[in-house]
Amino acid sequence: MSLTVMTLLQQFVLLLAALALFLSFVLLAQPRLVAAIHVFAWQGALVAAVTFTVALAGDASHLYFSALLTLGLKALLIPWMLHRLARRLELERHTETLARPTLVIMAAVVLVIFSYWVVVPMVAQGLAFTRNIIAVSLAVVLIGLLMMVFRQQAVAQVLGFMSMENGLFLAAVSATAGMPLVVELGVAFDVLVAMVLFGVFFFQIRESIDSLDVDRLNRLTETVEVEEGGG
Amino acid sequence: MLSAWLIALLQALLCAALAPLLVGWLRKVKARLQNRRGASVLQPYADLRKLLFKETRVAHTASPLFRIAPYIVFVATWLASATVPLVALDLPTAQIADIIVLVGLLALARFFLALAGMDVGTAFGGMGASREMMISALAEPALLMAVFTLAMTAHSTSLVSVMQHHLADGFLLRPSYLFAFGALILVAVAECGRIPVDNPSTHLELTMIHEAMVLEYTGRHLALMEWAAQLKLLLYGVLVVNVFFPWGLAGDFGPVALGLGLVAVVLKLGVLAVVLAVGETVLAKMRLFRVPAFLNLALLLGLLGLLSHVILEVGT
Repeated sequence: MSLTVMTLLQQFVLLLAALALFLSFVLLAQPRLVAAIHVFAWQGALVAAVTFTVALAGDASHLYFSALLTLGLKALLIPWMLHRLARRLELERHTETLARPTLVIMAAVVLVIFSYWVVVPMVAQGLAFTRNIIAVSLAVVLIGLLMMVFRQQAVAQVLGFMSMENGLFLAAVSATAGMPLVVELGVAFDVLVAMVLFGVFFFQIRESIDSLDVDRLNRLTETVEVEEGGG
Repeated sequence: MLSAWLIALLQALLCAALAPLLVGWLRKVKARLQNRRGASVLQPYADLRKLLFKETRVAHTASPLFRIAPYIVFVATWLASATVPLVALDLPTAQIADIIVLVGLLALARFFLALAGMDVGTAFGGMGASREMMISALAEPALLMAVFTLAMTAHSTSLVSVMQHHLADGFLLRPSYLFAFGALILVAVAECGRIPVDNPSTHLELTMIHEAMVLEYTGRHLALMEWAAQLKLLLYGVLVVNVFFPWGLAGDFGPVALGLGLVAVVLKLGVLAVVLAVGETVLAKMRLFRVPAFLNLALLLGLLGLLSHVILEVGT
């Protein structure tokens, strides 16, 4: 469906989805932890706004509840929990040095093109006006995955995981006008439990290796000692 | 046909006449924001007049290129600004030169500006030239990405077609236009040497870029260089306001339409200058080595504009 035949509300949905994709890029390249948490909160708010606008434009009243749930969980509760964790782990001023940020951004651009290429045959099947968003949501999922691969800091990896969940939710809203309420509540609860477990893990990791740099988990303590002895 | 060319000529003259006014207004707003009264809005005209009548001195080591460069820079920038529809839409100048030519003319001006900076052989000139080339090498791809986004929407690289297409579509929320708008703003700030990238109102040795290149110029040469810089700011301003907000541009050459077009473009540029002044007051100048990251953001926005046009806006 071309943009010129859409109503203003439907165009607004596309605009919000494009902004959510842009925030994925910002999240990927944001070295400051607290700023990244804020970006994640904004992305959650945008996904909630997309859900709300789809509900308005498509008369799908059950989506109002999903929008409310997303807003409360993704834009408020989880960012607040992450922020509290960052404060308790004394990571508020933590700045990660990113290796080759430009290259990673370009890889993310390639992922966007790839997800468009994957989605093209599906788009030909014909869906509602939201079908164009499926490629965007797939790209958000893949960029979240890229962030988990590329970041070394454990909290940033969790942010990547959570933004993947944002992408999945966006895909569900755009492809099928939302999941059944039971599934949605289940997923929301899962994400919340995952968040709590991540919090416990952060403390465990820090206690055992005295840092949240996950790359250091790859090294065995013995090897380090041998290297030090040899050097 | 003759009257169309006449209006095109008048519009080019108007560009040159309005450029110092835009800078004067920008300085005035900035001064008010900093609790100063500031100089008169017409001060840049007085400065230009003073420089034009002053004696022109040239360094012993300067080659002929040093003397020619101000004229080339000024004429190339002026020609570039003449190709952008300022008041009226359907002009013959815009038919013979599209956006790619515009980018090329600006590149020509920049090339001679950098050569002139290096010509005398002072340390500052060379430093300024190398910095300018670094910034422009990064800004140009971003600018072209933004331009291609616009061109893909209108199926044409002509600025007039882009604006006509936009006017014919009416009010649409295009994600690609939003991204291209962001990219163009960032590029304009970098190319015109405004505050997050370069500070136009200082001659601080370690940070200046544009001022370092024109340090050796005096008299009418300096006047032309300054005027060209003002024209460039006007050009980018007109590009931003008339491509993204083309409402008010005169469709025909009647006196009423032209008058309305003039009032509309002056108002739009005035508002843009206020936004720019607020931005310059709020932001601090960034380190030179942060500029590549800044321009990478512009390139990313341009790329996202292209992609979101293909993904979201083209229906099958």
